[in-house]
Amino acid sequence: MINSSLKQLAAMLAGKEISSVEMTREFLKRIAQHNPDINAYITLDQEKTLAQAAVADQRIAQGNAEPLTGIPIAQKDIFCAKGWKTTCGSRMLANFIAPYDAGVIERFDAAGAVNLGKTNMDEFAMGSSNETSYFGGVKNPWDRTRVPGGSSGGSAAAVAARLCAAATGTDTGGSIRQPASLCGFSGLKPTYGLVSRYGMIAFASSLDQAGPMAKSCEDMALMLNVMAGFDERDSTSLNRAKEDYTRDLDNPLTGLKVGLPKEYFAEGLDASVGKVVQEAIAEYRKLGAEIVDISLPNTMLSIPVYYVLAPAEASSNLSRYDGVRYGHRAVEYTDLMDMYCKTRAEGFGAEVKRRILIGTYVLSAGYYDAYYLKAQQIRRLIANDFTEAFKQCDIIMGPTAPSAAFKSGEKADDPVSMYLQDIYTIAVNLAGLPGMSIPAGFADNLPVGLQVIGNYFDEARMLNIGHAYQQVTDWHTCMPEGI
Amino acid sequence: MSLSITDVKRIAHLARIEVNDAEAEATLHKLSGILGLIEQMQAVDTTGITPMSHSQDLTQRLREDVVTETNQRELFQSIAPAVENGLYLVPKVIE
Repeated sequence: MINSSLKQLAAMLAGKEISSVEMTREFLKRIAQHNPDINAYITLDQEKTLAQAAVADQRIAQGNAEPLTGIPIAQKDIFCAKGWKTTCGSRMLANFIAPYDAGVIERFDAAGAVNLGKTNMDEFAMGSSNETSYFGGVKNPWDRTRVPGGSSGGSAAAVAARLCAAATGTDTGGSIRQPASLCGFSGLKPTYGLVSRYGMIAFASSLDQAGPMAKSCEDMALMLNVMAGFDERDSTSLNRAKEDYTRDLDNPLTGLKVGLPKEYFAEGLDASVGKVVQEAIAEYRKLGAEIVDISLPNTMLSIPVYYVLAPAEASSNLSRYDGVRYGHRAVEYTDLMDMYCKTRAEGFGAEVKRRILIGTYVLSAGYYDAYYLKAQQIRRLIANDFTEAFKQCDIIMGPTAPSAAFKSGEKADDPVSMYLQDIYTIAVNLAGLPGMSIPAGFADNLPVGLQVIGNYFDEARMLNIGHAYQQVTDWHTCMPEGI
Repeated sequence: MSLSITDVKRIAHLARIEVNDAEAEATLHKLSGILGLIEQMQAVDTTGITPMSHSQDLTQRLREDVVTETNQRELFQSIAPAVENGLYLVPKVIE
């Protein structure tokens, strides 16, 4: 059961082979067995979860099931879920019980999915290794001495270790795709604006986007069908006609023009990762794709631009944590200013503080033009690179991350080296494009992902491209040992 | 440009985060590394480039000026650190 696709699980539920309560119990049992070591989940609430499963069973019995009804899904702990502790990986929100549901949570509830629990993450989604979580790091199920990637590291480990049927993540600079690559499964960051940000705790609002993390592209298409859609409570949600993301899954790839950006295969890419990616591209050639060389000349600038814009937006977004209305408040203080300063010093971890300080600095009087404005100008150059590239190809492929999973602690004390993990993923967020990572093989027994970057709103085609590959390869079915 | 300890303390104050001397020292080192990375931007000629604040060219949606939210004061205050008679409590600010 744990390796079954979402479609197979739905068929098992529809055929009364298993109830949602039984299926959910099975996953909860696995979580109880493996989570103490892997630490993929921050919060579990068996009672709430099983109550949802029981409701789903009634719905199935009544013949009102939708594709995800009764299926246990792990939710990144960045989504507010009413009555659930929602921590965002931070001490600041360690005891925060969300008083309302995020748009994404509402949509899964409406679809009858079961919320299996809230997954671990880098604090406020700031990190590429899950090591900044207040609730401790997450172990990569493929090698428990290594990181799962981040910031959606808990969701990543949960999918890889089969501690859920599928999971949600969010991606501000690579936080769905990089952990998908490091943990060997499929992850998709949709076009900015496709999935509601309402109730999704804000990091960098012009970049944050939620998406599915699952065992296959077919599963991701079913997840995205639930997740995508207009939400008037999110000011940048896009009001578009509803799409069925499964519609193009079986299209042939004949004549597909795949662009390979030379900058994604340059210095900095681990040779063993590059080899896996090249092999995947050879497979696409066999599937009928035509390979063209392209250039995204401003790729290297995406990291400095991101580390101005994202901290700037974060410093503004995180100013709401003042110890007044919710969240942590310092126990001892002398006056209001002291309460703010102590509350925030205690509530935030080192990486979050660094980013708030960087953001505060680049937005402070006298520096705005040199940093923030300059970064916004280069952001346009980076987006223009993609516009030019898509004149020559239909889709862009390359590595998701420059290396396979690194050792826990290896980069924890070196922010700049950690930031370079996101070299191939960040530009996609800056441009607002959809990006996906699918398992493409192994380098030294560690999973390696292939990144697929599409033009705006091209998710259905991207899922088709991934699905076609997953029909002729079995990397996506590989499982870590000992789980 | 390089930062000093005084700068770090000034920024931390603007951000309302208390830092002691040892933390300021460690932070200075890390922030300087990050600013070094950011400095790469200065080599790019951006004359005449329109800044891009957002990936979608959207205008702010407007709605009718009517009440859309229901009053949930008790629920929202149930998670507050300190409340009294429906008010959020903070240290005294007016003498």
